[in-house]
Amino acid sequence: MQKGVIEMPLFDTSVQELKYRVLREVAKLSFEDKLDNKSIMGIAEKIMPGPEPTMRCCIYKERAIINERIKLVMGGDEANPNVIEVLRIACDECPVDGIKVSEACRGCIAHRCMNTCPKGAIEIKNQHAVIDKSKCIECGRCLNACPYGAIVKNIRPCEKACKAGAISMGEDKKACIDNEKCISCGACVYQCPFGAIQDKSYIIEAINLLKKSENNTKFKVYAITAPSMASQYGDIKIEKIVSGIKSLGFHSVVEAALGADMTAFLEAQELADKKFLTSSCCPAFVSYIHKNFPEMVQHISHNLSPMAEISKYIKKNDPTAKIVFIGPCIAKKEEQKLDGVKEYVDIVITFEEMQALFDAKEIDLKALDDTYLDNASYYGRVFARTGGLAVAVEQALKESGITSEMFEFKPVSCNGISECKTALLKASKKALAENFIEGMACENGCIGGAACLSHGPKDKTQVDAYGREAKEKTITDAISVLNFK
Amino acid sequence: MTVSVCIGSACHLRGSYDIKLIFQELIAKYSLEDKVTLEVAFCLGHCKDGVTIKIDDEIVTGLNKDNAEKIFDEKVLNSIKDKNAVQ
Repeated sequence: MQKGVIEMPLFDTSVQELKYRVLREVAKLSFEDKLDNKSIMGIAEKIMPGPEPTMRCCIYKERAIINERIKLVMGGDEANPNVIEVLRIACDECPVDGIKVSEACRGCIAHRCMNTCPKGAIEIKNQHAVIDKSKCIECGRCLNACPYGAIVKNIRPCEKACKAGAISMGEDKKACIDNEKCISCGACVYQCPFGAIQDKSYIIEAINLLKKSENNTKFKVYAITAPSMASQYGDIKIEKIVSGIKSLGFHSVVEAALGADMTAFLEAQELADKKFLTSSCCPAFVSYIHKNFPEMVQHISHNLSPMAEISKYIKKNDPTAKIVFIGPCIAKKEEQKLDGVKEYVDIVITFEEMQALFDAKEIDLKALDDTYLDNASYYGRVFARTGGLAVAVEQALKESGITSEMFEFKPVSCNGISECKTALLKASKKALAENFIEGMACENGCIGGAACLSHGPKDKTQVDAYGREAKEKTITDAISVLNFK
Repeated sequence: MTVSVCIGSACHLRGSYDIKLIFQELIAKYSLEDKVTLEVAFCLGHCKDGVTIKIDDEIVTGLNKDNAEKIFDEKVLNSIKDKNAVQ
């Protein structure tokens, strides 16, 4: 490392790094054809050499948790249809006190907390507010009423992260995911401070696919990369990452953003025709509608997501092609299993997993030559951040000659599931002023995806700048060559 | 006959969209729609050789706006004429 240069950490948290180390070790064995029980058993000791524990009570528990992570890296519990699972022994059974009065209570004489409580659950005893748990309904009004902020609400990070309300505490105090409610967005995976919730990985399938292609002579393996790749690596250019992906053995790398151009174009036609739509790009948002607003399902755009649209197009031109999508998204792993998608997309992996593959093969991205990646327009690329989809659909309407007299486009861009919920509630009661709901389950959109390497304030700027670098300036320019309609 | 124009990123940046349009126009000009299928491919593996096309099994590289019509005449038009002559 150069003196005085601070190397940016690759991940936001050490939980991500731990998961990555397991992915890397499994990938290494898989690439070397050494994925047998004996070698797999050696991984935990390699990662947790001991003798002292580094993060848990003892080295044996740490190793046992590594072994649980390995199971998920190898595909997880087949009986569980969800791509997200709780690692039960890793769950720290975080204490949940709910609403409680902290030491900051001054025993004031205004008693706003007591007065605002709708259930009479607060009393003042010995000049201190006391909550009667048997009466408290956890509405939170007292939190806002206290001038000292002395009343706090303790929620488990996983439950707090889950805006779909799918996580609760089981009888054994372990986190428990309700698959009927879970939309597989992965927020809990990223937020659990103990790394006790993890997504299943399909890296072994991807490695096997690359091997079976025999250097793309038997069939070609294409990588489709999500435009949020632009915000993944601070100082490494996209051209290097693309070279890295090709070094893994892929025939070619294609931008999912080109699929986004196609989707935006089709979405504009459907919207002008139906006059009201919700977007279909974000699989977690689509799943949220299915599970919570069944009456709104009819309004979901019938277009494929950018990932599926571009994959379908590639397979039309190269019928024996195999396709691996690489992105920031855990819910895409769920989308890949759907009828109408699995025919086109063979495997989904994440940026975290891609990094593990690079390092398993000891690929030094910085040392590689540049490989250009440029097919999509600005509009396809900005799909990666909240608001981008609406901008693209507006542009597609314009390019299709659909004027505001013919159809007035009024989009609402929903940033995160809570905002999606609000818009869907209004729409289901026909009280929404807008006529297009762009739904992004992750805050900030795909750049806030649960399986991004890092999340930062500059991500949006980076994606927009990357959009402006595109050779094609309009959606029509980007897709006219394809004749895909 | 099938002609695939590479629209992989390297070719795209060197103008493969233009080449496809030129070929499309020439096919229309000579009314060859039922004899020539024009397709696109994502990378034909000649990223450093200029815009690349594949005519049936033959790879042709280094296409640009100036030589596209000449290559079309030589490789597409002539070979169709030859086939017709044989028949």
